[in-house]
Amino acid sequence: MLAPAEKLPTPLGLLAELTHRCPLGCPYCSNPLKLDPRADELDTATWARVFREAAALGVLQVHLSGGEPAARRDLVEITAAARAAGLYANLITSAVGLTEKTLGALADAGLDHVQISIQDSIESSADRIAGYDGAFAKKRALAAQVVRLKLPLTVNAVVHRANIERVGDLVELALALGAGRVEIAHVQYYGWALENRAALMPTPEQVKRAVGEVEALRAKHHGRIVIDAVVPDYYAKYPKPCVGGWGRRSLNVTPAGRVLPCHAAETIPGLEFWSVREHALADIWASSPAFRAFRGTDWMQEPCASCPRRHEDFGGCRCQAFALTGDARATDPVCHLSPKHAIVKELAGVREEAEYVYRR
Amino acid sequence: MTEAEKIRAVAEDARPRLPRGVRLVHNEAQGGFVLLAPERVFKADAIAAEILKRCTGEATVGAIIDDLAATFAAPRERILADVTKLLGALADKRLLEL
Repeated sequence: MLAPAEKLPTPLGLLAELTHRCPLGCPYCSNPLKLDPRADELDTATWARVFREAAALGVLQVHLSGGEPAARRDLVEITAAARAAGLYANLITSAVGLTEKTLGALADAGLDHVQISIQDSIESSADRIAGYDGAFAKKRALAAQVVRLKLPLTVNAVVHRANIERVGDLVELALALGAGRVEIAHVQYYGWALENRAALMPTPEQVKRAVGEVEALRAKHHGRIVIDAVVPDYYAKYPKPCVGGWGRRSLNVTPAGRVLPCHAAETIPGLEFWSVREHALADIWASSPAFRAFRGTDWMQEPCASCPRRHEDFGGCRCQAFALTGDARATDPVCHLSPKHAIVKELAGVREEAEYVYRR
Repeated sequence: MTEAEKIRAVAEDARPRLPRGVRLVHNEAQGGFVLLAPERVFKADAIAAEILKRCTGEATVGAIIDDLAATFAAPRERILADVTKLLGALADKRLLEL
């Protein structure tokens, strides 16, 4: 007799990649190597429909991202549509190309929160990492306007070998800019970051020092700023519960409308993604082959299948498992229990003083 | 609990309010009240929701406690403990203005 079907989870968040266009060229960009062209981007009305369908499905927050979302001329209409659908609207921006006028209009449209990326605490280094002269100054100016508009601000700082010595300065900068929250996100090696891995990889000593420093800063600034840290997973003992579990908490819509369980899912060959152009979001969430592929625990192999942590970390990241072992059903090799764990140890030791391959 | 994690004191004459970017909403699919915050979502149980609904920036903490004590016919001291614990913890996470 068949066991009763597991209850379908309710998603909490939707990452709306409004466009892949971006003025910056960060070498750790999580966008795919093959970017969606502008001509394929969803129109305003389709995004509005997607937001309504997401809210009906139980989604609470929409993260308006990209690329640089401000590259869309209809960003204000899109934001208003998210609020009209009842969603919490979060803007994830580089701040470059987002004018003060547009930000004011976004605030009036009901934007709930702004996240601005900062590449380093030193201007010249920040601009070099972003591949854009003057980016740092624009970010500071826009952050000030976010605070003037009384919108809550998060600073996102991706850390890697070129800036990891300055995690403390980055937190202080976030405080000085008026952020209520700062993300210290160690690079995750997907997309462009995978291309640049050897140029981005910090040393074990740097990682240890940075993790300790963030812990100390969290205690020091308790109640003044929330510090969220994304651990450098090549140095972790257990894998991260990627996207809170495949097809469990969130979904990602690409500029062209494909719906992915996570932003890197298209790197796994053989998965069939459905598009919002042809399917309702609820059908995609429940039935699209890509979402069903790794939902729950039935797909697991050992050592995951019998692991007591399988409902906590869900075997880690499928994209990373595929990228490093060639098998998307394998245990994420970040896990010390993975038979392929030695690969991660070895890669964490590969560092080259190479030029960045900028994301273009 | 370390010194840094000690929850802040909450004065009875403070007028708590949810800042911009923090909203309490009811959502059927999520099974009740949720507090939406910058890139975070917190489920609010029945008690937390009753407290947060009253954090409008107008009522004082003292008045909120009195109101809850009367509405739920509960001892004021117990309500005071629940309210100050919740509000202090939320203020520390920058989810509430006191």
